[in-house]
Amino acid sequence: MPDMTTTTAGTNKVLPSTHFYVREHHPEQGTLLGFWLYLMSDCLIFASLFATYAVLGQSFAGGPSGKEIFELPLVALNTGFLLISSITYGFAMLEMQRKRVNATLLWLAVTGLLGAGFIGLELYEFTHLINEGYGPQRSGFLTAFFALVGTHGLHVTFGIIWLITLMIQVKRFGLTTENGRRLMCLSMFWHFLDVVWIGVFTFVYLMGVL
Amino acid sequence: MQDNTDLTTLIFGRLTWESIPYHEPILVATFIAVAIGGIAVLGAMTYYKFWGTLWRDWITSIDHKKIGIMYVILGLVMLLRGFADALMMRGQQAMAFGESTGYLPPEHYDQIFTAHGVIMIFFVAMPLVTGLMNYIVPLQIGARDVAFPFLNNFSFWMTTFGAMLTMISLFIGEFAKTGWLAYPPLSGILGSPGVGVDYYIWSLQIAGIGTLLSGVNLIVTIVKMRAPGMSLMKMPVFTWTALCTNVLIVAAFPVLTAVLGMLSMDRMLGTHFFTNDMGGNMMMYVNLIWIWGHPEVYILILPAFGIFSEVVATFCRKRLFGYTSMVYATVVITILSYLVWLHHFFTMGSGASVNSFFGITTMIISIPTGAKIFNWLFTMYRGRIRFELPMMWTISFMITFVIGGMTGVLLAVPSADFVLHNSLFLIAHFHNVIIGGVLFGMFAGINFWFPKAFGFKLDTYWGKWSFWLWTIGFYVAFMPLYVLGLMGVTRRLSQFADPSLQIWFQVAAFGAVLILGGILTFIIQLVVSFRRREALKDVTGDPWEGRTLEWSTSSPPPEYNFAFTPVVHDTDAWADMKKHGYERPKDNFVPIHMPKNTGAGFILAAMSFVCGFALIWHMWPLAWLSFGAIVISAIVHTFNYNRDYHIPVEEVVRVEDERTRLLDGYA
Repeated sequence: MPDMTTTTAGTNKVLPSTHFYVREHHPEQGTLLGFWLYLMSDCLIFASLFATYAVLGQSFAGGPSGKEIFELPLVALNTGFLLISSITYGFAMLEMQRKRVNATLLWLAVTGLLGAGFIGLELYEFTHLINEGYGPQRSGFLTAFFALVGTHGLHVTFGIIWLITLMIQVKRFGLTTENGRRLMCLSMFWHFLDVVWIGVFTFVYLMGVL
Repeated sequence: MQDNTDLTTLIFGRLTWESIPYHEPILVATFIAVAIGGIAVLGAMTYYKFWGTLWRDWITSIDHKKIGIMYVILGLVMLLRGFADALMMRGQQAMAFGESTGYLPPEHYDQIFTAHGVIMIFFVAMPLVTGLMNYIVPLQIGARDVAFPFLNNFSFWMTTFGAMLTMISLFIGEFAKTGWLAYPPLSGILGSPGVGVDYYIWSLQIAGIGTLLSGVNLIVTIVKMRAPGMSLMKMPVFTWTALCTNVLIVAAFPVLTAVLGMLSMDRMLGTHFFTNDMGGNMMMYVNLIWIWGHPEVYILILPAFGIFSEVVATFCRKRLFGYTSMVYATVVITILSYLVWLHHFFTMGSGASVNSFFGITTMIISIPTGAKIFNWLFTMYRGRIRFELPMMWTISFMITFVIGGMTGVLLAVPSADFVLHNSLFLIAHFHNVIIGGVLFGMFAGINFWFPKAFGFKLDTYWGKWSFWLWTIGFYVAFMPLYVLGLMGVTRRLSQFADPSLQIWFQVAAFGAVLILGGILTFIIQLVVSFRRREALKDVTGDPWEGRTLEWSTSSPPPEYNFAFTPVVHDTDAWADMKKHGYERPKDNFVPIHMPKNTGAGFILAAMSFVCGFALIWHMWPLAWLSFGAIVISAIVHTFNYNRDYHIPVEEVVRVEDERTRLLDGYA
């Protein structure tokens, strides 16, 4: 038993009490793990929505199918925006490591603009569909489509609000340990949304137009 | 005039004077009682100038111990409400035979059984479990608080405001009439056009956020903040079960959030997730809600298993038998709990293969659970058993839970389930495991850890009354339901035609009265213990000769829990320390780094409550306004970087010296 070397359970001899405590102890910082766990729980919300889409994706109820309404070039552009924004966020993190406040802010701003571009195109797509009469109320398929893509879009929107908040905080308080940790959390959030989008792009759009 | 109505509708949405149920005598009487009681409490608080203390020391507190106590209080208060519903149902069913329709009209009865289920699971069992985990886990692992103390406060208030939203549905509008899981199409906008289902959705959404975040919080606490030397396989069993439960919470509650979100979109926006037409699929709701719902019952029972493990080891004065197998059994149950959800609707008609798979996985769960029962039995075997209250609850649990578990295995057989589905046999089964398992566990835990939290033991005489009334009351109330279920009586009926069944319902109602006695004597136990607190005082901090670290500090523990962080060498760390002649350090103290209190959690949760209320009543401007306020307040809160402070060394010395004096005086 590997335990035997450390355990004191077998013996009854009196040990010095200092054996049983330390004067100073600093537990590890848990924010990144906690945030990662939150992301995994968020991932399950998306999993539920993907599962819903898998069940309802063919329930057209006499309405249009994906093939008839998806505009792949637009979605490709959209996907490009989001993927590039992940790279630019990466550049921001590299600049953060070098402790360069302005360069970090610049790349964060580029990321935010790309995110806003993504949201803009998505809103255009949604309003276009709704004006055509293909809103989420039209069929089970469109309900599941709007729910999945819309939830992702809401996440990106909150990501942008968070990004702006963090830019103000970095500007005001500098690249402190705390702000670095916050940037790291947002980084995970942003890349996570990217990964989810790859799933959406593949399963909803690409397989939809097959 | 037209403009006026439009404006009223814009502001108040669906809320009109008609929504206040002043034509229901039962509700009016309840309201008057609540109002008088409320005014009395508020008056007393003002008289004793308690408001400042309440805000500074409790509402804004981020101390895991205070939050734990508040969770338990929430659970016990809501138990009274949930049990009042139970008594009303038992009374109605005992009366409503033949000509008599009982005293509850069906639409009221339907709200009562829905509210009973929702309240008992979400606002009684969950807060009790979360409260005990919050209080005990950091102490057991030698930590000074949880990983995210602010988040902990926020989680608690979200749960509480979720509960409050359910409660105000009594007096403003109505609650759902759909059963506790609100299956569509009944819960859809066509089946339930009123606000009842919306109350259900938004109180659970708000409370669910709190639960999810407290799950994240406790996992990180257990993973990152254990005392040096405490490897995973040296963690106390209660902490292990807490870890598994919180993993289950994080992995299950998002599905509930998603599925309730979809249901609310169907109701508010006219989408077609679960509708009967336009391509919706209502069985998807049933699948999704049980993918959350089945793990949920393990979320409740695992910490109870942990409590029994601690209690058995302590009161048999020996190590827990089969620690390793206990840990593995817990982990296996955690995993298996995700593979059984379909047994809740074998009758959906998924076919023999699917039903067989889920029937078999369900039966397999009884193996690790059985292993646990044997571990507790073998711990007792040749132990020097002390029949204190926690141990009595544990023994009652072992007998009761085995019966409940066996009826569960019966229900796991799909062909048997086709007969028993939706019958009172099922009702008897899950009350058997939830009362006999979770609730008995909570009572064992409360009796066990009460002296730790308050510095005095609970009174044994009234505790025994409560124990016997609960145990006997449970059997009298639920054994008749097994019989009725086998005879084919279905659940959720408010009236019966066959008079030969009446005697069984009357017996069950008598059982409910015995349980009422159990609850009342528990309250008496608390009051008597408080009045006898000097005689019942726990000076040592270790009233039961405990084995784990929470007993190594004073009762109640100081704000910082441990002046010095313990170093762990053995599973039963405190027993190990005592055995080796450990002496508590009395000098060389250092300042202690602690988080600061904040009101942000309370404020955010209160605004979520307003937002939820506005969404229920379709008060769109208020909903947007409160939602915007939540986002802005959350952002403002992030601008506060100054969240911690040091307890000065003089303060630590003062607290520790006081304890030294107490201990010296005691010796």
